[in-house]
Amino acid sequence: MNQKKSLWKIITGSREVSLLLILIVMLIVVQILSRGTFLTPTNIGQIFRNNALTMLMALGMLCVMLTAGIDISITSTLAFTGMIIGMLQKRAGFTNTFALFLLAALIGIACGFLNGLIISKGHLAPIICTMGFMYIWRGLAYVVSNNQWASGADVAKFAEFGKDGSVGPYIILIIAYVVFFIVMKWTTFGRRIYAVGSNADAARVSGINVDRVLIQVYTIMGLLAGLAGALSVSIYASAQPNMQYGKEMDVIAACVIGGTSMNGGRGSVVGTFLGALFYAVLAKALPLVGLDSIWQNLIKGVVVLAVVLINVLTQRTMDRAALERREM
Amino acid sequence: MKKQVVSVVLTAAMAAGMLAGCGSSASSSTSSTSSASSSAASTSASSAASTSSSSSAASTSASSEAVASTSGAAGVGEASGKYALVPKSAGNPFNEREASGFQDALKALGCSDDQIIVSYPDNPTADSQITVIQSLISQGVSSIAVAANDASALDAALKQASDAGIKVCTLDSDVDADYRSVFCNQAGVKEIAQALMDAVYDISGGSGEYAILSATSQATNQNAWIDAMKQIAESDDKYADLKLDEIAYGDDEAQKSTDQTQALLTKYPDLKVICSPTTVGIAAAAKVLQDQKSSVKLTGLGLPSEMKEYIGDDDSHSCPYMFLWNPIDLGALAAYTSVALVNGTITGAVGDTFTAGDLNDGNPYTITENSDKASEIILGQPFKFDPSNIEEWAEVY
Repeated sequence: MNQKKSLWKIITGSREVSLLLILIVMLIVVQILSRGTFLTPTNIGQIFRNNALTMLMALGMLCVMLTAGIDISITSTLAFTGMIIGMLQKRAGFTNTFALFLLAALIGIACGFLNGLIISKGHLAPIICTMGFMYIWRGLAYVVSNNQWASGADVAKFAEFGKDGSVGPYIILIIAYVVFFIVMKWTTFGRRIYAVGSNADAARVSGINVDRVLIQVYTIMGLLAGLAGALSVSIYASAQPNMQYGKEMDVIAACVIGGTSMNGGRGSVVGTFLGALFYAVLAKALPLVGLDSIWQNLIKGVVVLAVVLINVLTQRTMDRAALERREM
Repeated sequence: MKKQVVSVVLTAAMAAGMLAGCGSSASSSTSSTSSASSSAASTSASSAASTSSSSSAASTSASSEAVASTSGAAGVGEASGKYALVPKSAGNPFNEREASGFQDALKALGCSDDQIIVSYPDNPTADSQITVIQSLISQGVSSIAVAANDASALDAALKQASDAGIKVCTLDSDVDADYRSVFCNQAGVKEIAQALMDAVYDISGGSGEYAILSATSQATNQNAWIDAMKQIAESDDKYADLKLDEIAYGDDEAQKSTDQTQALLTKYPDLKVICSPTTVGIAAAAKVLQDQKSSVKLTGLGLPSEMKEYIGDDDSHSCPYMFLWNPIDLGALAAYTSVALVNGTITGAVGDTFTAGDLNDGNPYTITENSDKASEIILGQPFKFDPSNIEEWAEVY
């Protein structure tokens, strides 16, 4: 019946495609406004490197949001882990890069597990539970720092990994996105996450252990936040207790732009990638096109709202089309 | 039901664990204004704890050296009140050094721990400082020295303090002159701007393009220095060949400062020098330039311990030299000023003089008037950090 889709149908038929188109239009506009200086290999590399943390954590946030949850403790987990990693190097002279990343992952897992446990077993609203941990981990980051930063020479060897020109951050990003793409699309585990988010009761009735899925999802989020903590110290050669303060909103925004629903059950790895990329391009482009710094936040907000609106309208068209087909 | 009980027990156990953890580590970070004695105890405990790390061990000895001699302290009189310091934020080594200078100076004047109160705000905002100030008022302190996070937002709270008979002075970053007795200025605005402008002139070779990477667009200090730099550049033909491309704002965040530095490099291919008068900005910019092996050079205001890796004369280092002042001395000056104000040795009027221990080589300080007709005490000249002394100072702060 609809073997030959019109171009319009293709565009309005998928949130990913419409987002991709918006992204391409934005790239063209920025390329013109910046007089051709935007799309250079160095610049593209920097876009991914500077936003590696957001892009990495967006994957975890996707899983959390698919279960209709939210996690606002992630940047506190990041700061707590990053601070421990930094102080280990500064005070204990511990500099094995791999071991430090492993330790960061383990701390992150522990933080995330606690979130999952309390949310699933204690039936706490995710935003309340993670808000508590947002303050706890951030507070502990300050305690660990004891009014010191670890930076520059303290973390010099560790910073080699994330240095401009090193492939480290890119490799982590590529591995993470490939693994998540496969897991979310083709494994039982991935499908369970979608099932829990679409309808938790139905999932429970059909034999899915909802609590376990929730714990797993928040643990994954913690793991990625912990890794992001180590990555942050490596990329910026600096561990400060206030690092990435308030940036959890960027991560949530990246997911929402990418078409993830706040009500759960809807969202994809590809969409999240495009959403995070969109946000990253925007952050990089605004200073380049000659806008005064003080206007940048305002523009960022307007553009994000516009994109999400377009996204929602696309979704509505899709739903209507689906409904029409069913009625026929 | 069973599950709920289990979860409640788990949560309670965790909360207890958190509290225990905080207690043992002396909660040196967030606001500790509950009572005078407890906050003084926790700050002294934290300074004792910090001597375990090598770099801060050096700094504590240096700070005690700075205020070692108390013979000149007669200049401010006896310290018998309760003296409070409200730094800009917790978790920042500069503010911590400032606080340690304040504490050590008062101890040298014979203060006991419960006469010295250092109350950090929860967040680096004026709102949090207001909460802290109000709690200090109800504790009945004799003086408050505050490093303001906003030039005018603290007015009401500080007026309340003055009305309660508390002497108020500012350090590091000022408020409206009507609401404090005097401002302990780390270095005159003009002197800093002149030093930075000359550094740009020197490093660029006298001509070419330069850019400024600042903190936030509302930062009191940075805006004053940048305005003064612009005036200096306009008033002297010497700087006619220097062109200021842009003032970028990195908001004192590593990530945003990195983005902004990279944008400057892309936008202005002929850029020669970046001047960053803020510690987070200069460190982020230094890393970007050094990683990219850029020919653009950097100067500004930075912490020696943060910048050690980037300071050098050859092409492999991004920053030939930079400036700062000694936060330990600044804290000490605020301590002497507080005591002098409480004792009535000075009133904060222009022309008042007093000696502040060993500061200024034991010579007296005179209260002067700045360009806005407000009274201030200038600590000294900005200090230059270059390859010859950076190693030594990186150990101190």
